[in-house]
Amino acid sequence: YLLCASGDFVKMYSVATEETLRLLGGHADLVTGVQLNPHNHMQLYSSSLDGSIKLWDFMDGIPIKTFTVGCKLLALYALASYEDVLFVVVPESAERDTFQLVSVKLPKAAGQDVEAKEMSVVLHGVDASPKCIAFGREGEYVASVKEFNLQVYFFKRKQLNRFSVSAVKTKSGKNHFTCIACHPTEDCIATGHADGKIRLWRNFHHKRDYTYSTLHWHHDAVMDLAFSVEGTNLLSGGVESVLVLWQNGSDCQKDFLPRLGSPIEHISLSPDGALCCTLHTDNRITIINSNLRFSKSIQGLIKSTDVKTGLVVDPRTKALVLNGEPGHLQFYCLQSDQQLFSLDIVQRQYIHQAGLNQTDLVKVAFSAQGKWLATVEEREDVTDPELQLKLWFYDEETQSFKLNTRINMPHEDHITDMCFRATDEVEDDSLILVTAGRDCVFKVWVMVEDTDPEAQQSVSWSCDFVGSYHNYQAYNCCFSEDGSLLAVSFEETVTVWDSVTWDLKCTFCYPPGKIRNICFGRLTCSKYLISATDYGFLCCWNLLSCALEWSAHLNILVLQPDPLSEYMAAVSWLSKESSLFVFKPNEPRPTYVQRNLCKEKIQLAAFVPRDEPEVIGSEKYLWLRRSQLFFLTDTQELMTLSTKSLEERLTPSSKQLAVEESLPVTPFSLLLGKHRQQQSQEDTDLGKLVVRNKREQDSPAVKELLHTPAHVLPSASFLCPIFINSLLISKENKSAEEVPDEVEMKSEKTEDDSDEERDVTEMEQEDTSPVELLGEVTCKLSKSQEKELRKIRKMDYSWISAF
Amino acid sequence: MATYKPVVVQAFPKLGEKITQDTVYWRGYKTPVQIKEFGAINKIDFSPIPPYNYAVTASSRIHIYGRYSQEPIKTFSRFKDAAYCATYRDDGNLLVAGSEEGSIRLFDISGRAPLRQFDGHTKPVHVVGFLSDKYRIFSGGDDYSSNLWDIPSATEIVSYSEHTDYVRCGCASKVNADVFVTGSYDHTVKLFDARTKHSVMTIEHGQPVESVLLFPSGGLLVSAGGRYVKVWDVLKGGQLLVSLKNHHKTVTCLCLNSSGQRLLSGSLDRHVKIYSTTSYKVVHSFNYATSILSLALSPEDETIVVGMTNGVLNVKHRKPEERKEKSQKKRQPTYRTYVKGRTYMPKQEDFCVSKPVKRVLRKYDKLLKSFQSSKALDAVLEPPIRLCTPEVTVAVMQELHRRGTLRSALAGRDEKQINLLLTFVARRVIEPRFTPILVTVADMITDIYQPVVGQSAIVDRQFLKLQEAIGKEIDYQEELLEVLGMMDTLFATFTRKKSTCLEKNKSNGLTETIETNRN
Repeated sequence: YLLCASGDFVKMYSVATEETLRLLGGHADLVTGVQLNPHNHMQLYSSSLDGSIKLWDFMDGIPIKTFTVGCKLLALYALASYEDVLFVVVPESAERDTFQLVSVKLPKAAGQDVEAKEMSVVLHGVDASPKCIAFGREGEYVASVKEFNLQVYFFKRKQLNRFSVSAVKTKSGKNHFTCIACHPTEDCIATGHADGKIRLWRNFHHKRDYTYSTLHWHHDAVMDLAFSVEGTNLLSGGVESVLVLWQNGSDCQKDFLPRLGSPIEHISLSPDGALCCTLHTDNRITIINSNLRFSKSIQGLIKSTDVKTGLVVDPRTKALVLNGEPGHLQFYCLQSDQQLFSLDIVQRQYIHQAGLNQTDLVKVAFSAQGKWLATVEEREDVTDPELQLKLWFYDEETQSFKLNTRINMPHEDHITDMCFRATDEVEDDSLILVTAGRDCVFKVWVMVEDTDPEAQQSVSWSCDFVGSYHNYQAYNCCFSEDGSLLAVSFEETVTVWDSVTWDLKCTFCYPPGKIRNICFGRLTCSKYLISATDYGFLCCWNLLSCALEWSAHLNILVLQPDPLSEYMAAVSWLSKESSLFVFKPNEPRPTYVQRNLCKEKIQLAAFVPRDEPEVIGSEKYLWLRRSQLFFLTDTQELMTLSTKSLEERLTPSSKQLAVEESLPVTPFSLLLGKHRQQQSQEDTDLGKLVVRNKREQDSPAVKELLHTPAHVLPSASFLCPIFINSLLISKENKSAEEVPDEVEMKSEKTEDDSDEERDVTEMEQEDTSPVELLGEVTCKLSKSQEKELRKIRKMDYSWISAF
Repeated sequence: MATYKPVVVQAFPKLGEKITQDTVYWRGYKTPVQIKEFGAINKIDFSPIPPYNYAVTASSRIHIYGRYSQEPIKTFSRFKDAAYCATYRDDGNLLVAGSEEGSIRLFDISGRAPLRQFDGHTKPVHVVGFLSDKYRIFSGGDDYSSNLWDIPSATEIVSYSEHTDYVRCGCASKVNADVFVTGSYDHTVKLFDARTKHSVMTIEHGQPVESVLLFPSGGLLVSAGGRYVKVWDVLKGGQLLVSLKNHHKTVTCLCLNSSGQRLLSGSLDRHVKIYSTTSYKVVHSFNYATSILSLALSPEDETIVVGMTNGVLNVKHRKPEERKEKSQKKRQPTYRTYVKGRTYMPKQEDFCVSKPVKRVLRKYDKLLKSFQSSKALDAVLEPPIRLCTPEVTVAVMQELHRRGTLRSALAGRDEKQINLLLTFVARRVIEPRFTPILVTVADMITDIYQPVVGQSAIVDRQFLKLQEAIGKEIDYQEELLEVLGMMDTLFATFTRKKSTCLEKNKSNGLTETIETNRN
């Protein structure tokens, strides 16, 4: 098994199958440290920022004890030689940025919650990172690094030795310490430095006569170090995403495992030394064999530095598509919390080096049936930015996308938006792609038959039309639902084009602010065009009368139409909180408002169609019937809105509000243990059986029949019709009763699932009352402004007609 | 886990003509053989029977050439003045030719002296030919008349004087022995039937007719005159089917290939165009040194012979194709051993051990994999890569630039290597597909080696060459921009709807930046 701290939980993964086996939840804040109990390897200590240490039986997922310490715990260490003593890093009370290592004596009191107040300070002035402290052989000494200083404290002699390296600023960076590891059997300390050097310290018992040797391979900071169990090998990793194995501490004998995908953050070894695992900055764990062969990887939603592509839904798999590894596109399945696959778009070697401009994926668009995929990649460069537009065709045989056309420099400048024309017809000859660029034009790309007999493919894409408007930069483009109209926004103006003849039909202008977002209404509202501007206006234009229908003063960040209904979701950013407005374009009053959605800025949103429409009772949530709304915030957390009440929502089968913690970086410490897993599986099987048995005894008639003694009963011929009738009725009832019943049972099981979920629902309930009030205010505002706008619009038109 | 990804070499679409089956077919000729004749070659005619000798009429002589000989097999030189239009009979035994003095002579292929002489035309006879019954000859002369002669008696059967200008071309129908057409400078093509006293049909071409051709089926007629090639439907009473205007000078000769699928036309504009007879689109074209007067294609399209105004005969033979099959046969056994066991299907109980497929990396990829940027650049500057596939060189340079190591890879080179680099850059920097990256390279080279300029004459010369190349390109781009501006104004006046011109000034801005850097 592999145990790993993730947000407020400790997750347990199977090394063999990469599955998440168990989720240990109970901490109220970020889990900072995980350590196996050295005296009982079925138990686990975990520490959290909420100031408590929990002892778990991780095989059964039961918390055994909770020790309350009282202050923030930043790292946790357990040693075999000290029973009942744990070492934790806590902030020093006086100052904010200094930390100290203290030992906590765990009282042997009975009961679940125990207070542990017996603390003794071991070291002052340590670093907050758990990587900066290591315990030496048999727990004889503890070594800690901070900036340019190395401290070694010997427990027996109570002696503290300090060493320091002279601060040298070289080209590649400073040489301060970044991490430390102690040899398991010898007196040897390995330290990693920010300039890529590894120093091996020996003979540090004496203040003067210490020696060190240097190993240098990394060109950037060494992120983590680990000694193998026997101490013969040293593993190191860094930004280069190469795992380096140093043999016998010598400079010449080393092995590499290159191209692990992303920078290595942590390295951890299993107690028996058979496996090694590396944690990466992009929310991934790689498991590596002892002979340095890649074996498995555990990955959820891969975190990338910047989700430039936006959230896109693959029409074929209903998976969420966004930036994955650099240059890759990840297809993330929301139901199973797994990455379906990762598509290599850039197809170039990624060099892990700071300060390099790498090619990255910026735009993604799917055609309506998911048969074509268009991607844009670009490389920022001062002199010559590289741009490539690629079109991929879904190959049914290989079940993956195949590169069809590559277009170099489709625009002179960055591409701002891209969309396919959504056609319902199966034949896709009429497929049209539109790209809008900052070089003041939008381009229309169409498929052309290839006449060349030597070409491998029959179709390719080429440019059909280039349109521009007054040399303004094009920002957004959008096709109407039936594909007959194309709207392109040029700075402050929305232009509407006929998609057959490419004639400019009309323009809408709304002077203050550039246009951020445009979209057409759907279904019954298809005659409306919605746009959001920089200075906080949301306008709705009627395409039939070419007039402004309504507008509202809202600072809209995200505007997202639901592809299956006429509703639209708009996320606004007002005074440090995001609010969600759901509205129909044909009525200015929002159908649903949620204030305080979250504290972070919401960057992106997407509607994901449900497999089957959900039955929703309340009027308020009607808009969520056909699809589900997902958000991605600044800190790369993926959230969704849920409609169900508290009990219903906690069904384990549908993990609503699975706030995917994409924050793996912080204080992970990690352990590896190998045990059998059969037990847990049996457990779950038993649980299901019990549920089934209970259900069968639901009908009261049957119960009565079975429980009355035989001698009191009337004759069998009299009982028979009653019995049969009861059975019949019970079946009818079942359909109604079954659902809540089942839910209750399961909710019991998972009640402790997450505190966060509960918080959000509470928030929802509180919000219902002020929502109506606020909604009215915005409406009034909008009406007064509407008049102003009409004036402006009239002026605007006269200006245009002059041309 | 990801493996090393090799450098992507950008494939650029080939500009210019697309490769079709026709281009492949018509390109399959060897380099031409040039034979100098005494005067302008007015007619080439292939013998219809093997070994397909051909008669070339030039000046006062008729030469007969064999397939591979560059010297004439036989010469008929009994003309006082120019001879015209030597034509074979269907059986390849007789040859008839007109002449400047107005007489028509009939030769036996084996003999030297003419068998018959037909006198009757008062002006030069430019066109003669056999009717398909083999016993009659038609002719057209500058006296505006078209005559029909009987061979055995050497007498005139009938004389039509319906044309109002010189008769310069003609053709007999292969289907009907009585039908022939003549084309004249009076802009008409007339169809005659030997059984009637007058022309059966008159087709107005519109320009002086230089050449006419009847299709083997006899249903279609092709006439060439002026810049036009026109196809007429004879059976529908001379209705115009299609008019082709692909030459920009007078079309002088027409020819069908052996299958009748392609029509060839030669013109004074030095081109031979090949049309498909189904779509009448140009499928291929040949280019010659001077204006073309006559053109002929041997049966089976084995040889194309073109005669020109300066008396040069251009002969192209088809490349033999048998050789490829032989070499394949030879390789077969080795191939069989190579695939031995590959087709073996594993049984269910078999334990399969799969061998990891080893990917072969190119040399520069291996060096890039191990981050040896300088050596990688050396590897792609080796002659075969640099000369044959410059896109690989540029792709590696781009990859180095992407890695930020291009500067260090370029630095620290000796005189010879700089010379090599600069030659490459100066030669390729003007190619639009390489311009962006090579501008950066040139920029870096000038930056790095600025302190040592003047120490080596060779390098200095290369720098000057680079400057010259860039200067030329800038001038060229300026001219193009001027043309573009003129075209824009023209388009603006003609139509209100803007046509989308391709912008050709892409590289202009970039080259200007380097120019400023260099000065």
